[in-house]
Amino acid sequence: MASILTIIISSVFVNNFVMSQFMGICPFLGVSKKLDSAVGMGLAVTFVMTVASAFSNLAYTLILVPLEKEYLYTIVFILVIASLVQFVEMVIQKISPALYSSLGVYLPLITTNCAVLGVAVLNMQSGYNLVESIINGFAGGLGFMMGIVLFAGIRERTAHNRILSCFEGFPIALISAGLMAIAFLGFQGLV
Amino acid sequence: MAKLSEHIKRGVITENPTFVQVLGMCPTLATTTSAMNGLGMGLSVLVVLMGSNLVISLLRKVIPDKIRIPAFIVIIASFVTVIDLFLQAMFYDTLYQSLGLFIPLIVVNCIILGRAEAYASKHGPLDSLLDGLGMGLGFTLALTLLGAVREILGAGQIFGLQIMPSSYQPAVIMVMAPGAFFALGILLAVFTAVRKKMEKRKSDVAKEE
Repeated sequence: MASILTIIISSVFVNNFVMSQFMGICPFLGVSKKLDSAVGMGLAVTFVMTVASAFSNLAYTLILVPLEKEYLYTIVFILVIASLVQFVEMVIQKISPALYSSLGVYLPLITTNCAVLGVAVLNMQSGYNLVESIINGFAGGLGFMMGIVLFAGIRERTAHNRILSCFEGFPIALISAGLMAIAFLGFQGLV
Repeated sequence: MAKLSEHIKRGVITENPTFVQVLGMCPTLATTTSAMNGLGMGLSVLVVLMGSNLVISLLRKVIPDKIRIPAFIVIIASFVTVIDLFLQAMFYDTLYQSLGLFIPLIVVNCIILGRAEAYASKHGPLDSLLDGLGMGLGFTLALTLLGAVREILGAGQIFGLQIMPSSYQPAVIMVMAPGAFFALGILLAVFTAVRKKMEKRKSDVAKEE
């Protein structure tokens, strides 16, 4: 129980995927102009990261380890994730068109979100079992969502501020993200 | 020859993947704690990009359009596995340890899939190889530059050589996570300012003529 709590706190705050490990920066910068879309992206990523952690763990322990082909993990994991994202997209489209229309556009983007592949590789490298992997995936997704929602809030507030023209767009977004990362440094040493 | 220089100019300056297209941000921010790490990451991406561009361009008429993305990803992942094993065998103590997780993550680098989709799947093998070389060089230069800036400010060194006077107090934050965002943000702003000025000068010259 204690170890699970450690995993959650560590993935959400201390080793936050966006702010201290630099994973998922592309959607973090790309889909954070509006609060609503940031929430949608965060939800979609959390869901995919949780499910991808479970399936990549199963693929690793049930297929790669018995065959002694562990070095093929990169190819296997990315295939698991890509087919999973495709599958999730089809299921959501079928059972909940409302959810699909709000999440739909983000789902294909998630395949190339490195946080998803990153959490699968991290689970493998840390030797987590199935339950720990799922928890870590879920917590990592929550951390991502927290980061992107807070960041979208900051960007909405600062969108109309007057700044040097060469800083407009990405540069000022990166500087704001840097300031947020300083805040997240405060969690260092918590676990 | 003219083709080669044209591809390199496009990859390094006019369509630089980092400063102009702003793609592949995760490794750009995460691995540039020193100039050496940036260079290592850049070169790994360069090799994967050239290999995947070449193979995808050769197979572009064989791969069915509907499943092209999974096919591209498998080709890219194979090259990444090769690089992963190569670095593990040759540079285990240095580069492999410091790049760590970001070597397998080259698979999801948007630059590689982006070039496969936008260029290699539509052009011949030689052009695609040169495109990979140009884009890879642009990425490598950007990462090395960012790594050098962070290393100079954060440790007073470049490629491990002390260059700042010993009285210089290193700003450790530059080699930590926030420093990556600040350094890239400021470099990007400088790059944008220079490009705007050049474009303005060009349009002024055109007006005078």
